[in-house]
Amino acid sequence: AAAAAGGAGQEKQLAPTLLSFFIYNPKLGPKEGEEEKKILFYHPNEVEKNEKIRNVGLCEAIVQFTRTFSPTKPAKSLHTQKNRQFFHEPEENFWMVMVVRNPIIEKHKDGKPVYEYQEEELLDKVYSSVLQQCYSMYKLFNGTFLKAMEDGGVKVLKERLEKFFHRYLQTLHLQSCDLLDVFCGISFFPLDKMTYLKIQSFINRMEESLNIVKYTAFLYNDQLIWSGLEQDDMRILYKYLTTSLFPRHMEPELAGRDSPIRAEMPGNLQHYGRFLTGPLNLNDPEAKCRFPKIFVNTDDTYEELHLIVYKAMSAAVCFMIDASIPPTLEFCRKLDSIVGPQLTVLASDICEQYNINKRISGAEKEPQFKFIYFNHMNLAEKSTIHMRKTPSVSLASVHPDLMKILGDINSDFSRVDEDEEIIVKAMSDYWVVGKKSDQRELYVILNQKNANLIEVNEEVKKLCATQFNNIFFLD
Amino acid sequence: KTKNANILGFCWTSSTEIVFITDQGIEFYQVLPEKRTLKLLKNQSINVNWYMYCPESSVILLSTTVLGNVLQPFYFKSGTMSKLSKFEIELPVAPKSSKLSLSERDIAMATIYGHLYVLYLRHHSRTSNSTGAEVVLYHLPREGSCKKTHILKLNRTGKFALNVVDNLVVVHHQDTETSVIFDIKLKGEFDGTATIQQFVLPPRSIQPYQIPVAGPASVTSQSPVPCKLYSSSWIVFQPDIIISASEGYLWSLQVKLEPVVTLLLDKGKLMDFLLQRKECKMVILSVCSQMLSTTERGSLSVIATVFDKLNNEYKKYLEAEQSYTMVVEAGLSRSNPLLKRPVRTQAVIDQSDMYTHVLSVFTEKKEAPHKFTIAVLMEYIRSLNQFQIAVQHYLYELVIKTLVQHNLFYMLHQFLQYHVLSDSKPLACLLLSLESIYPPAHQLSLDMLKRLSTANDEIVEVLLSKHQVLAALRFIRGIGGHDSISARKFLDAAKQAEDDMLFYTIFRFFEQRNQRLRGNPSFTPGEHCEEHVTFFKQVFGEQALMKPTTF
Repeated sequence: AAAAAGGAGQEKQLAPTLLSFFIYNPKLGPKEGEEEKKILFYHPNEVEKNEKIRNVGLCEAIVQFTRTFSPTKPAKSLHTQKNRQFFHEPEENFWMVMVVRNPIIEKHKDGKPVYEYQEEELLDKVYSSVLQQCYSMYKLFNGTFLKAMEDGGVKVLKERLEKFFHRYLQTLHLQSCDLLDVFCGISFFPLDKMTYLKIQSFINRMEESLNIVKYTAFLYNDQLIWSGLEQDDMRILYKYLTTSLFPRHMEPELAGRDSPIRAEMPGNLQHYGRFLTGPLNLNDPEAKCRFPKIFVNTDDTYEELHLIVYKAMSAAVCFMIDASIPPTLEFCRKLDSIVGPQLTVLASDICEQYNINKRISGAEKEPQFKFIYFNHMNLAEKSTIHMRKTPSVSLASVHPDLMKILGDINSDFSRVDEDEEIIVKAMSDYWVVGKKSDQRELYVILNQKNANLIEVNEEVKKLCATQFNNIFFLD
Repeated sequence: KTKNANILGFCWTSSTEIVFITDQGIEFYQVLPEKRTLKLLKNQSINVNWYMYCPESSVILLSTTVLGNVLQPFYFKSGTMSKLSKFEIELPVAPKSSKLSLSERDIAMATIYGHLYVLYLRHHSRTSNSTGAEVVLYHLPREGSCKKTHILKLNRTGKFALNVVDNLVVVHHQDTETSVIFDIKLKGEFDGTATIQQFVLPPRSIQPYQIPVAGPASVTSQSPVPCKLYSSSWIVFQPDIIISASEGYLWSLQVKLEPVVTLLLDKGKLMDFLLQRKECKMVILSVCSQMLSTTERGSLSVIATVFDKLNNEYKKYLEAEQSYTMVVEAGLSRSNPLLKRPVRTQAVIDQSDMYTHVLSVFTEKKEAPHKFTIAVLMEYIRSLNQFQIAVQHYLYELVIKTLVQHNLFYMLHQFLQYHVLSDSKPLACLLLSLESIYPPAHQLSLDMLKRLSTANDEIVEVLLSKHQVLAALRFIRGIGGHDSISARKFLDAAKQAEDDMLFYTIFRFFEQRNQRLRGNPSFTPGEHCEEHVTFFKQVFGEQALMKPTTF
């Protein structure tokens, strides 16, 4: 998908790729000759030591230099012809740097390949956000850098970084990053009040019966319904669940009755519940009850939790329990016997209700509008532009150029506080409209032949009236 | 009237009607007081062993046939005597001799839940394999035949007496000096013909009554004497009278509900029982409070069951009330004389009862963990929603207050996002007041006002207070209200924003409005905008004012 064919097969476009990624702390090797100590993680590791030191030193210098102009906001990115560097200081003196190669157009001149770097293609905001998410994801599973230092000094921190980023960097997919990475939003499952209250009631009862559960989150169809976690923690956990954990577990109940996946399911005819993290087979006395650990509320209470993800049909529940209490096999069996049957019933209730609501609102038709909506207040995100997320990438169904326009409009919005509206006429009859009202942003792509500005404005109004009539959205 | 008949007794079926029962029949007379005579209205020949009269329902029951187990009921109403279908009481053993086998003492009549029942105390018989005596209930309808409906298992033998209080059948047992209570509305086992019921509560004694010793004032210091209970000299009368012949007292039996709470541990069953009682409200509310208290906290599923039972009763009343008002409004009340306003019994426990007596007290005590508090409130709201009862905003306020106290703003946000806390102006205002501690409340509040669609003025006020003058103007124009708004209000806000360009824009908008509406851009004195005109001239100069267009 990365190599979109350009004009007449002569040109070839090479997507942006990750050149290097490193983390350093200048305070760890302040003296000359000790520069290597600053480096906590470097990808690719094969790079020669002196080059590593040189690159780190360069970043350090750039940051220091720009700090003289803007003490509170030093440089965030560096544009060069071939690549772009992004800087991020998530914790004091800890710097993360990501170097991305600009996309290239490969042309053939006189039989020889000629490379043309596209310097202005990458959006700073998109890739800065990707870098920030790298940190958030690390922190979710490992806690802060500082905590690792306290736990066991540089050695432990280096081990943790190596272990985490070695795998994580392979999943970055820089070629398909877009506006949604800037938002890093949460898609909420639309639900009627009564079903929502039933879910509430279910969660409260589960937390009561499984009294070691500290927080619960509830998702349906990979969309969030309830989070007991705070917003920022949920944001990154949601990303992990929807882009990593869920796609890895193909749903056996969707597979045919006689399929081998189904046969492997622990023989339970009472319900469809199963663990996505933790023991695979509860009947196996040797089954290991190991759950991923996550770190939340790192700013104040700094809690370490076990993450239990349990799923029945399309409904998934995350139970988070204090890390000091290791969950036993007995606990897992209890959870399975209590949660399994109830969640199965609830999941089919939700499905039924959802279909009824869909029929009433007549939303079965394909949305005619291609739009992205995001609300900064609750991180709610909705996109009719993107296909369903796959394990590897989330694909936009429109031309990358249009996605880039969206990104540009977003950058414009973030520069001012006031509500505004931007309408752009793109190539080949496309109109792109960006609207910002209070904390909400809406981007619409319209493809109407010979439409004029007034007609486009009318179309957007129509969209707002149908899709967003229950919120305060200024015209 | 009948010759050679022995009068067994008589009863007054109304102040001017009397019925004589003889061993050979029944005679119904009208009393003509001014003539001091009786006029025979109806009579019926029938062999009678004994009779029984229930004044509550004006039904006389006659025991006929040799065995006495065929009962013939008569119903009296305003000068008419109607014969109801007779029925036979099944005797425990087939009698060998043809002597009277059904005694008057074993039969009682009472109204339970609005229906007339004949209660038959069937004693234990050695031949049958039943474990003890039982009370058999026959439902006696006005029309149709009498049917055996319930069997109340006593699981013991000996001397019994019956009372009916508050729709409960109370069976006194002399040997153990205890009484048991049955509620035929509770679930029982159905054996194909009748529902078999066990007693609701373990057997308990009637609360002893201290009889103050009567006597001269000087000796009243004497301690009162407890009344002898279950004495052999007791005679019971329906529905709730006990006469202790030896001591010369007449008692009226009552049911005390408070002790039931500790005797019936199944809270769901307890609620079923309490909801049928006359004086139940305070007891039910105290049960609710108790199950939320730290010491005797019930599990959430039990709490949910109790809420559902209460709201089921509440909803029934609301529905009856609603259909009544609909009929009255449609003017059909006259054509339907049977229509009565639904009676609100004590079992109707509404939101304000729950709020005042249970929920607000419970949340204020703060002894429960906040998670539990919120879970209980949400459970109550869920139950109300399940029965499609509109939730009052004070319940929402209680939820919001609790969440805010514990800084659980994100939870609050999610509840509002799914409209669990329904929109209302008071709620929107409450949210606005939270803005300083939780900024997103502003957006939530505006959304809510928008959805209400009756709060456009409030939206304008909110925007103006934030100096979002243009936004306010665009909003009001969007809904077509810009011709009637006060120019002064907007100009004031624009001036306070200290943005000259904004002021210019707003000023110009109103000049254009004036032009359009009155053909002249200047403000009328009634608009009180002189100060703003002066300010405009000061900043932009006199020539910037719009000129009146001349045609």
